[in-house]
Amino acid sequence: MRGFAVLFIKEITEQWRTGRLPVVAVIFLLFGLASPVLAKYTPDIVKLAASSIDIHMPTPTIKDAVAQLIKNLTQVGVLTAILFAMGSVAAEKESGTAAFVLVKPVSRFAFLAAKFSGLAMTMTAAVLLCGLAAYLYTGLLFAPLSPLGFGAACLVILLGLLEIAAVTFLGSTLARSSIPAAGIGIVALVVAGIASSLPNVGHFTPFGMNDLAGALALQQPASGWGGPLIVNAGFVVVTLAASWLVFRRQEI
Amino acid sequence: MEAAIVCHGLVKRYGEITAVDRLDLEVPAGSLFGFLGPNGAGKTTTIRLLTGLAWPSSGRAVVAGLDPARGDIELRRRISHQDQQSKLYGWMKGRELLEFVGRLFGFRGPDLRSRVDEVLEKTGLVEAAGRRVAGYSGGMRQRLNLAQALMNRPQVLFLDEPASSLDPAGRHDALDLLADLRGQVTVFMSSHILEDVEKVCDRVGIIDRGRLVADATMAELQARFAEPVFAIELEPGQAAAAADLVRLLEQSALVEGVGRSGPVLRVAVNDAARAGPEILRILASSGVHIARFERLRPSLEDVFLRLVPSQQPHEGSG
Repeated sequence: MRGFAVLFIKEITEQWRTGRLPVVAVIFLLFGLASPVLAKYTPDIVKLAASSIDIHMPTPTIKDAVAQLIKNLTQVGVLTAILFAMGSVAAEKESGTAAFVLVKPVSRFAFLAAKFSGLAMTMTAAVLLCGLAAYLYTGLLFAPLSPLGFGAACLVILLGLLEIAAVTFLGSTLARSSIPAAGIGIVALVVAGIASSLPNVGHFTPFGMNDLAGALALQQPASGWGGPLIVNAGFVVVTLAASWLVFRRQEI
Repeated sequence: MEAAIVCHGLVKRYGEITAVDRLDLEVPAGSLFGFLGPNGAGKTTTIRLLTGLAWPSSGRAVVAGLDPARGDIELRRRISHQDQQSKLYGWMKGRELLEFVGRLFGFRGPDLRSRVDEVLEKTGLVEAAGRRVAGYSGGMRQRLNLAQALMNRPQVLFLDEPASSLDPAGRHDALDLLADLRGQVTVFMSSHILEDVEKVCDRVGIIDRGRLVADATMAELQARFAEPVFAIELEPGQAAAAADLVRLLEQSALVEGVGRSGPVLRVAVNDAARAGPEILRILASSGVHIARFERLRPSLEDVFLRLVPSQQPHEGSG
């Protein structure tokens, strides 16, 4: 892990200085605020927009607010995960900065670990910021949620996003430019989307775990999720290990 | 002298293409080695093999006592690499980039600051140190690239076109800086600017289509490729004496022919060792006043063009 701390600090500083970290933080914050608002006022907006038609909309509940948040967070999160991970390694190989760093006394493991840790830290901060905003606004517009349950729900969603990020990161390690890496991330996204609707398999996919996130946030009973959680977390670890195996002896 | 870089039958293949073909090379420690070749000859691939960024298909190299193919971190402590293709991190300030590199080499606190100040001073970047690298000109970026390569006081320094983007003054400074490293650091420098190599390098290797076609000191190359021709430059106002001198020279059995261009005579001989003293004797007896007398030596460019025929200008071209 020689050089990890220096490289990790460089990753975080780079994300801040290039504006990626503040932009993502603001976007996630807005989505966090918007989710309960949209859930609360969508029926009113629909009624206003179609005033000549008699539409019966059910009264929005806290369940709708949580569902809206999970949907929004997954969509914007997946997009961010792919955008962040696609150039993570490939862009540095393309520009020559990977060679610039790797002829210094740092291990390739540290180089990759710093990259993914920086990416994971940004995703974590963004998801937690979004979750915090949504938690506070949901409490204001509907009813207070359990902070522990809601926090756990955010972490489950984060795990799914990190899976997509890890696959795109593997693509970025394999490819010499960002576009093929993004392609690999998008293919993973499509496969995960299809697999999530399959019986018996769905719970083991990143999006399949959204049901668990909803149950945790609303403090509903949730059992039988140990296996899917382990499989999804293991998938991140295995994908990152594959990235290292590829990168370990890769010519730069 | 001990060798800092040794290659034994180094080969690098990319599919059907052999980028480096059985390269045997020894670079003495503390010397400045110029590595020349046309585009695509294998210069960059060789540097990548020697710095551990690529692995050989066969053969072996030893750099600063270690095998770069083993990916040893200790080797990367002992070497440095300046690649003109590298964009560096444009969002960093010049000083920050050097501090980043210093930290990777384990410098901390006052040691780090003083080493950064030292290399900024050496490369003339003190005033630009607080500016973002993205705003640097090509020449400044090249200086910064050289500065970062000096941060760890390397045993072996690999330079890829170290002065190509610099203005004449910057080139002069960079070459002076490299010349000052002689005896302390082994410099392996690839360049297209033959004049720079000729100016600072002790030894030259020329690679063509992956194969080393020459590896010698400048003096050895000049001796090997020297034409048996002497130049005599006459002092002005000796037209009549010059005609007599030409006649005298042509009578010598050692002289093949004499050409004249203004005040300069070019004397082609068949045995340079014996002809030198003979020509001097003729000059002394002729009574002409001469400004210069020398055995013509080929420039590095002449040698390069002789060894790499694909670089010869086409007939009839300007």
